[in-house]
Amino acid sequence: MDTYLDRLNVYASRLVSQKEYFVPGHRACQGCAEALALRLVAKALGRNNVIACATGCMEIVSSPLPLTSWDVPWIHVAFDNTAAVASGIEAGLKVLMRKGRIPTQRINVMGMAGDGGTSDIGLQALSGALERGHNMIYVCFDNEAYMNTGIQRSSSTPFGASTTTSPAGTKVHGQTTWKKNMPEIAAAHNIPYVATACASYPFDLMEKVKKAADIEGPAYIHILSVCPTGWRIPPQSAIHAGRLAVETGFFPLYEVERGRYRLSVDLTKLRPVEDYLKMQGRFRHLTDEMIAEIQERVQKEYRKLEKKVEMTSPGSAD
Amino acid sequence: MAKRIGMEVSIAAAEAVKQANADIIAAYPITPQTHIVEHLSELVNNGELDAEFIPVESEHSAMSVCTGAAAAGARSFTCTSSQGLILMSEIVYAASSLRLPMLMILANRSLNSPLSIWNDHSDVMAIRDCGWIQIFADNGQEVYDHVFVGYRVAEDRNILLPFILNLDGFILTHVIEPIEMVDQEVADRYLPPYQPLYRLHPDHPVTMGCFGPPILFTEAKKAQDEAMNQTMPHIIKAWQEFGDLTGRYYNPVEVNGTEGAKTIIVTQGALGETASVGIDQMRAVNETVGLVKIRLWRPFPFEEFRKAVKGAELVVVMDRAISYGGPGGPLASEIRAALYQEESRPRVVNFIIGLGGRDVSPGDFVHMVERAKARPGEWYEIHGVRE
Repeated sequence: MDTYLDRLNVYASRLVSQKEYFVPGHRACQGCAEALALRLVAKALGRNNVIACATGCMEIVSSPLPLTSWDVPWIHVAFDNTAAVASGIEAGLKVLMRKGRIPTQRINVMGMAGDGGTSDIGLQALSGALERGHNMIYVCFDNEAYMNTGIQRSSSTPFGASTTTSPAGTKVHGQTTWKKNMPEIAAAHNIPYVATACASYPFDLMEKVKKAADIEGPAYIHILSVCPTGWRIPPQSAIHAGRLAVETGFFPLYEVERGRYRLSVDLTKLRPVEDYLKMQGRFRHLTDEMIAEIQERVQKEYRKLEKKVEMTSPGSAD
Repeated sequence: MAKRIGMEVSIAAAEAVKQANADIIAAYPITPQTHIVEHLSELVNNGELDAEFIPVESEHSAMSVCTGAAAAGARSFTCTSSQGLILMSEIVYAASSLRLPMLMILANRSLNSPLSIWNDHSDVMAIRDCGWIQIFADNGQEVYDHVFVGYRVAEDRNILLPFILNLDGFILTHVIEPIEMVDQEVADRYLPPYQPLYRLHPDHPVTMGCFGPPILFTEAKKAQDEAMNQTMPHIIKAWQEFGDLTGRYYNPVEVNGTEGAKTIIVTQGALGETASVGIDQMRAVNETVGLVKIRLWRPFPFEEFRKAVKGAELVVVMDRAISYGGPGGPLASEIRAALYQEESRPRVVNFIIGLGGRDVSPGDFVHMVERAKARPGEWYEIHGVRE
């Protein structure tokens, strides 16, 4: 019997495998774009994939004993060590294949964590794994705060955002620091592949994941994962919010392949950041001055990124 | 009997890891563990051991790499001391709860502060309840032998728990001892390649390390406790088979001259050898003092211990760690608990000795036995404090 999707005359279902490895029935919130992104990542990597997952939303929603949402081998050990666990799995499979104890075949190993598990508590383990050059993919699902524990700020929370530990008060107006640039930190390890992605651009996301899997050595993908619960937006706005993050230049989509920068979405003109900020409850309190400050910063960062693209393009003097 | 070769105990330990065909070695440098790991990296880089040597950026990652590798079905090894153990302790608990066999050699060293690189047992005692099988070695031969026994026990499908092999930092790690090595053929026969019950592999997807809601968490912990409690006969069998192959037999507790002795000294680790010299001095003046060495620390050999001290009137327990504000050292706590339900039980006197590398001589044991007879403080006394 055909599935509902088979009967639809839509293009996507013809292009993308319908087989799911992060299967339905998980307990993520309505409109969770992180669960959507994860589903796309798992789909892109397919069957021969082993996942090490950090503590966090995706771990909790997908593995309540005695149930599991995983149709690929999956392990959770702790919050702060995903990259190290993944590197152990990679090295373990490699040595067992070399010694002929398991059949030699291509198995992708993926580590995954949220922004807290990546840019805060898991940063050291990640840096070690990237530096050692394990053949693995690390995916950061960045929803810009500790959503699983109740929306506390992380180093990945954007300037001005109100969270439960950076509340919009009368004296301090939300997050006082600028978002840590995690993809650049990953790129500074001179690994073969770094990319940013967003579930609002599903084909771009899946292409990047496939590319990361094909490349020998460590690959890092940073996915902006819209969180309606934490960002205080209606669940049906998640995809729209992701698009606005990209179109305003707030979260540019790009890749760094062997040191070469390339923008994934060609924006001739950035939308005002106001379009993105005004739709979200976490930025509700922002004054015009703060919005102007954010606008200036976004433009400056975007120009820096364009410069890197220019400097590393095939025709550049370098 | 095979030939004995004089070698540093750390080198002997590393050679045993090589002979055990470890697949993964993940470690971070910390004194006094370093010689073991340095030698292993040499063995790997010289092509003498086919393993992945993973020079991690912390002990936390060392234990995480071993956990991931063991979950993938690889025979994993790490080695640490002191602060390194405490840093990795979060994952030490996870590894045993995931029922992943692996071996950790712990070159026992004190904990900060003040900083001390020297020996005591405060590192391992801080993770006493981590759910690993734990052994204390008395000498270099025991260290070498228990690399094989450790993997054999850990990977036994009746057990499937990780294994800590304690050896005293410097006192054992840095001394040269005569070691009788086993032939590779014997090692291979005793320790065949690890066949995991489950492994992370796409052909048979499994979910490991789930989130346990309250309706199931207690049951998971009961299963883990039962698993540990059922290990004893399998550990004894592993020792028996090792003895049959090598002529070196081991027991959960080692007794020496306890028959008819009214006073018994209890030790763990390398103190045992020093104590036995002290006991010889006491015997020379017609004092019958016995020695009980606790080799197996987890699971604790309650039955074997009670049997070993039966008939004694005074048990003098030596601890190399303090439980601040508690009833004395951790070993004495265990021993008092082991004896409490007995109808007639000996008086237990606890000394805390040898902290942070403070030397303990045979004469110290003579003094402590005298002092114990004089009934010192009710719970414990720190021996050898400079006035």
